Amino acid sequence: MRAYRLEVNGDKIEIAAPEHWTLLEVLRYKLGLTGTKQGCDKGDCGACTVLVDGEPELACLLLPGAVEGKKILTIEGLAPAHRCRGGEGADPIQESFDEAGALQCGFCQPGVMLSARALLNREPHPSCEQIADSLSGNLCRCTGYKQIYDAVEAAADKEAELKTQGAD
Amino acid sequence: MAARDLHGPDAPWGDFGVVGQRNRKVDGMDKATGCAIYADDIQLPGMLYAKTLRSPHAHALIRSIDTAKAEALPGVYAVLVGDELPIPYGVIPWTQDEHVLAVEKVRFIGDEVAAVAAVDEDTANAALELIEVEYKPLRAFFDAEEALSNPEPAIHTSKKDVGNLSKHVRLEFGEVDAAAQSADILIDEEYSFHSTTHAAIEPHCAVAQCSPDGKLTLWSSTQITHYVHRALSRVLELEPEKIRVIQPYLGGAFGGKSDPFSLEFIVSALARKTGRPVKLLWTREEVFYAHRGRHAMKMKYRTSAQADGRITSVDANILIDGGSYSSFGLVTTYYSGQLLTGPYDFPSYRFDSTRVFTNKPPCGPKRGHGSVQPRFAFESQLDEVATKLGIDPIEIRRKNFQGDFTKTVNAQRITSNGFLACLDSVERGSDWKNKHGQLPLGRGLGVAGSMYISGTNYPVYPNEMPQAGIQLQVDRSGIVTVFTGANDIGQGSNTMIATVVAEELGLDIRNIRVISADTDLCPVDLGAYSSRITFMVGNACIDAARKLRTQIVGAVASEWDVDARRVSMMGGKVFDLEDSQRVIPSRDAFQIAEAQLETLGATGSYNTPTLGGDYRGGTIGASPAYSFTAHVADVSVDTETGRITCNKVWIAHDCGRALNPMLVEGQMEGSAYMGVAEALMEDHHMNRFGLHAGPSLLDYRIPTSCDTPELESIIVESIDPEGPYGAKEAGEGPLHPAIPAIANAVYDAVGIRLRHLPFTPGKVLEALDAKC
Repeated sequence: MRAYRLEVNGDKIEIAAPEHWTLLEVLRYKLGLTGTKQGCDKGDCGACTVLVDGEPELACLLLPGAVEGKKILTIEGLAPAHRCRGGEGADPIQESFDEAGALQCGFCQPGVMLSARALLNREPHPSCEQIADSLSGNLCRCTGYKQIYDAVEAAADKEAELKTQGAD
Repeated sequence: MAARDLHGPDAPWGDFGVVGQRNRKVDGMDKATGCAIYADDIQLPGMLYAKTLRSPHAHALIRSIDTAKAEALPGVYAVLVGDELPIPYGVIPWTQDEHVLAVEKVRFIGDEVAAVAAVDEDTANAALELIEVEYKPLRAFFDAEEALSNPEPAIHTSKKDVGNLSKHVRLEFGEVDAAAQSADILIDEEYSFHSTTHAAIEPHCAVAQCSPDGKLTLWSSTQITHYVHRALSRVLELEPEKIRVIQPYLGGAFGGKSDPFSLEFIVSALARKTGRPVKLLWTREEVFYAHRGRHAMKMKYRTSAQADGRITSVDANILIDGGSYSSFGLVTTYYSGQLLTGPYDFPSYRFDSTRVFTNKPPCGPKRGHGSVQPRFAFESQLDEVATKLGIDPIEIRRKNFQGDFTKTVNAQRITSNGFLACLDSVERGSDWKNKHGQLPLGRGLGVAGSMYISGTNYPVYPNEMPQAGIQLQVDRSGIVTVFTGANDIGQGSNTMIATVVAEELGLDIRNIRVISADTDLCPVDLGAYSSRITFMVGNACIDAARKLRTQIVGAVASEWDVDARRVSMMGGKVFDLEDSQRVIPSRDAFQIAEAQLETLGATGSYNTPTLGGDYRGGTIGASPAYSFTAHVADVSVDTETGRITCNKVWIAHDCGRALNPMLVEGQMEGSAYMGVAEALMEDHHMNRFGLHAGPSLLDYRIPTSCDTPELESIIVESIDPEGPYGAKEAGEGPLHPAIPAIANAVYDAVGIRLRHLPFTPGKVLEALDAKC
């Protein structure tokens, strides 16, 4: 066992886990944050994508020691973070995915939504190519990706609108 | 009385209020926020973790198994071997040839031999290493022809004198040979379809808990809760009333979670043995070996036609590689022939299909079960007929259209049929008239059509009970809860159910709760397969909701002292049609009805009408309604590298009425994506030792966002007279044409006919060389 100090979804946590456990296992089986999914356990599918200091990372390929001192955001933290910023409902990414029908089985989508979140943080008005590129590490077996693209574009529009309203 | 007798396809009370809207899914926000609990998300106090020992041999007798050392390992609570659960199972009652763990022999690399429950996965894995199994290897078959021509050693020995034959079906309708002889043109070619697999992103997982009084609860990533319930009862020799099966949120299935799987029995048996909850999560590699995916088929097709393009006969000979167990194979063998007889009129038709056992992972139902492979062959061949006769490929399909409200050559009843509108849509969408045959070398368009069932008439096990049942419960707060055995596997069936109930009762869809796929709580439904839920469960919902509406409307009419025909429910309100001042919230109406009558509720059901041909197997492929699809694919072929790129697919699909167009489009796009992937990228290939060539999502190459073509969905609504508000299926049909449309587009681009899947660059270059 090894003790880790992690910051997950804004909470500072001390946790002990077997030394060979990945961040994915610690999140899922120690912290109960089961929104982060395991689809392959070897970095192929992207279902375990979390944000580490704002960048998408595969939790199944990270040891928790590697992310001590960094800010980890899982899907469970997305809506509360949006609320902390004074927003309503869920994060615009989550709302748009729901509105566009992008959530079929929903299993890959926590990872997809976090990759999309990182994209929009970096590039508020992404092109179709940029969306496809930045989601290419997240396999979705249900949608054929089209409704995901629609959702990301809608979220970008929604955020632009919110910014305009904020400026008014 | 069955629901089909009670209602037509029109809006029940004037205009549609909920049907046809792009409403959010009822469970969308649960999925968006990570709150949705899937099987592996379940953690129970004191839970043990199971792992399975798998065979390293493709075909071998088991001489002995010694589990003593594994049992002695600290942290191990129980070990399970095949002899402890000797009762065989299998989804089709007539071909039950599977055991939870191998009894006497193993039939493929990955066949399961023993299971361990331990305090954690690491200990369970360590214990597997300590189990000693002595095998006597047998000759293994990896090729269907070789297995068929060598009856010994038989992979299954329960049936005598059949060697490695799994199932043979030969049916003939009309005079095929006479028609072929007198035809103007005859095309005779061979085609092959490789094996592909579902690759749902969620690996299979099951959790079981057994109470000291013998009540077993199983949570499983299954798409057919009811069959798992029945199989558990049989194999565990436990009364069904002591078993509860729950499907939690499910992370994709596509047919790959239809069979009862070993892990469901293993966790149940280990939970009973240890008295503790047990979880078993398969690794991705194990999911590849569990398979049940698309059967590889070698197909010979001979199509004859008149000079004007009218088909006169179709003759098919199909060899099906079934892998090591029967699974749904009996049905697959029939489907390989029975589901080809639309959207075109075949004056005569014969198919001869043979399914063979081989020592590979078992095949089963994958999206478009049994009919995707023949559809590829036939639609490719129809294109050749068109080319040889100088007829436009879309025109030849129009010319052979079977029409609506007709019968197929194999005596299946066709009701609504929007195939011509599908063809028109993709022709227009793709600018076919200006582009087909006119694009520069290396770019081309191809078309293909198809049909698919909306549920099957014949349930997997024969019985007289309804195929779908619904229970409704009304709460004073204004919500209605629907209880359904139907499995929402991501396709959105719970949302479809809420849509129908909300429509009938004039409620906001957000005021409908759906409790599904829990055998303790929900009336039986036969599950998510054969594209049956919208049609069958949708009809059962109308049946139940209409009864409930009658109660509520009657009570309010009585309260207001008016005729019940004056009272209507719409938009969350109940009102008097003749007095606009008299209107109350639905909640108040519920309370009036509850006060007058009793606790409110209603049940509804659906059963299919008697359908099918009057011959052995004539009910297999009979469906209360068929969906129809046409695709046009736009491809580029690089003549230097042989690489095919699919640029775009136009997908026109006749789904009857689209109850929620957003969900229908999602099914259409997901289907087309999966078809493109099968044509160009994926291959469930076993090497010459029976080992999977690449049992990972990276090596199996499912498409990423960058590999997927642009997809354009065009919904065609033919309005079926028996579907719920006219609806038919959308989940499987739209996969079929993608593959032949690409093959036909490649011909348009570079003039080669690709008849053997997958379309690798090597095959393209070879065909280009042969053409020169």
